[in-house]
Amino acid sequence: MAAPPFYVQPMLRFILTRVSLIIPTFLGITLLAFFLIRLVPGDPIETLAGERGIDPARHEQLRKEYGFDQPILVQYGIYLSRVLQGDLGKSMITQEPVITEFAALFPATIELALCAILFALILGLPAGIIAAIKRNSIFDHGVMGISLAGYSMPIFWWGLILILLFSVQFDLTPVSGRIDVLYYIEPITGFLLIDTLLSDEPEAFWSAVRHLILPTIVLGTVPLAVIARMTRSAMLEVLGEDYIRTAKAKGLSRFRIVALHALRNALIPVVTVIGLQIGVLFTGAILTETIFSWPGVGKWLIDAIFRRDYPVLQGGALLLGVVVMSVNLLVDLAYGLINPRIRHTR
Amino acid sequence: MALVEIENLSVEFPTQGGIMRAVDGVSLKLEEGEVLGVVGESGSGKSVTMLALMGLIPFPGRVKADKLTFNGRDLLTISDKERRQLTGKDVAMIFQEPMTSLNPSFTIGFQLTETLRLHEGMDRKAARRRAIELLEQVGIPSPESRLSAFPHQLSGGMNQRVMIAMAIACNPKLLIADEPTTALDVTIQAQILDLLMTLQKERNMGLVMITHNMGVVADTAQRVMVMYAGQIMEERAATDLFASPQHPYTAALLAALPERSEGGRLATIPGVVPGLYDRPKGCLFSPRCAYATEHSRNVRPDLRPWAGGHIRCHYPLGDPNRNAEIQHDHPVGTEAAS
Repeated sequence: MAAPPFYVQPMLRFILTRVSLIIPTFLGITLLAFFLIRLVPGDPIETLAGERGIDPARHEQLRKEYGFDQPILVQYGIYLSRVLQGDLGKSMITQEPVITEFAALFPATIELALCAILFALILGLPAGIIAAIKRNSIFDHGVMGISLAGYSMPIFWWGLILILLFSVQFDLTPVSGRIDVLYYIEPITGFLLIDTLLSDEPEAFWSAVRHLILPTIVLGTVPLAVIARMTRSAMLEVLGEDYIRTAKAKGLSRFRIVALHALRNALIPVVTVIGLQIGVLFTGAILTETIFSWPGVGKWLIDAIFRRDYPVLQGGALLLGVVVMSVNLLVDLAYGLINPRIRHTR
Repeated sequence: MALVEIENLSVEFPTQGGIMRAVDGVSLKLEEGEVLGVVGESGSGKSVTMLALMGLIPFPGRVKADKLTFNGRDLLTISDKERRQLTGKDVAMIFQEPMTSLNPSFTIGFQLTETLRLHEGMDRKAARRRAIELLEQVGIPSPESRLSAFPHQLSGGMNQRVMIAMAIACNPKLLIADEPTTALDVTIQAQILDLLMTLQKERNMGLVMITHNMGVVADTAQRVMVMYAGQIMEERAATDLFASPQHPYTAALLAALPERSEGGRLATIPGVVPGLYDRPKGCLFSPRCAYATEHSRNVRPDLRPWAGGHIRCHYPLGDPNRNAEIQHDHPVGTEAAS
């Protein structure tokens, strides 16, 4: 009965449990990335040589140099020991350290992913809430129908259709890239929306915004659909709860009941879904970035696959995995914040 | 002027199988400071009647009445906004399940001060002080520290006390308690009832006690309304009703009380409450009534004044001519001979 001093103790244990789960996941990612790319036929040296081919003796020599002649398990052992020392290696193509390339490209992906999730939240939450309040109305059926369509849409197809419509037909948005080639923006934060505002070219900001529109819509469509549907069903359930009747019996306004008493509880499952969508978002980013030639880590990874750039692929997948795990941890913490029953039990 | 006046209230819910009439022609008057017990089986319409008075009938339910007033104000024509100023302030309600009736995501303090700030326009500090007072009044120990507790950290009995504190926060003229003790264990039940009765006397509030427990009514109510299948069957002063029930249904309910059984098996009422499809043409209780006749099965009795109250029955138990009338109307009841 006595209220224990909350927060610290259970929260700390919660965080530690979650962090300890990261270790096996981390190992799993290194295993997958390492062996899967080696299942793909060809090797980086052949790709580098291109169509001209390469002298077999020279090929053998290079293989030895990169250590590809070792047994594969030994290679993995060497790779893992380097990773544990914080060395992700260098790109075989550019000779740049993987971590440097990742750091340079990652802000572009984050910028796109943040815009996409904001887009999904700003449209998805209200749509789901209104659909729940006006259930079985035309609005409700419309929102649910559209979101089902959005959820089922292949991302690459959706991106191409939007480019055809808005860029080719109406010439409203640029086809690809992050910003017009006219502008040179010194990377300060790496986020173009911020960097352009810091620069002395105000036009550049709008150029960056226009370049963001289509990729944001394409990447945000699936999360938008999921969030709208989840919000609606969570809201419907909550609106039937006894405590909503209590809120009405207190004489509270309809707005306050929905926006405060109901939404606070409906958000609990929605936040979980948003957390799960973060992983989906990065997967989607790989396709979206390729469609729009968006210079982020997604496109970088795809290019690495085509070039058999082993270190980039292994390091990139690992870093992305760590990011997704960290975001999920943050979401879980947020979950504890909005749901007092989680915070105080366990 | 009576505090509450309801005339010919009916509440209907359209369902796929047709219109479900949850409340059917209910009329009642409640004076200030009066304690009314409303009893009946599950589905008898006792809660729905009071939800209609509160304006809490969920969509797509429809409320119809010839008259529905509270404290002289016509609730049928009142605007939503005026209604909200009334609910929670002058008329408040507590519910059956204290554990689910409080919002799990907000602290006790937030939920309690919310009402005060809305209806009394108190600032944060004043509302907090008043909330502590209220928690004290409903017997919650160390109220100050409870303000920051969440509902799941308190027991059911404590939560019900919080609900009561919330309901009486703005000194309502009428408190509706919908089975306030059903979900609680027996020792706590008695405490909550005591608390409600003490508060009622101190504040001279009108109190409607909805329950299916005749014992609770006997302990608390001045007047009792017995409902069955959405209709009032009998409505009389509590002492009279317990001493000499006039409706066969009331009599059967009382006979089913463990306290009144004379050894052996408990008395039961055979059959179930009529549903949407098997609503009898005549008296709604006739299929289960021991004294049913051809006449009562075909003609629905009206609610009429009887023995200091009202009754809806062709053959009240206290009527000296009832045996002759029953014989005359061709008895069909199962135990009509006895």
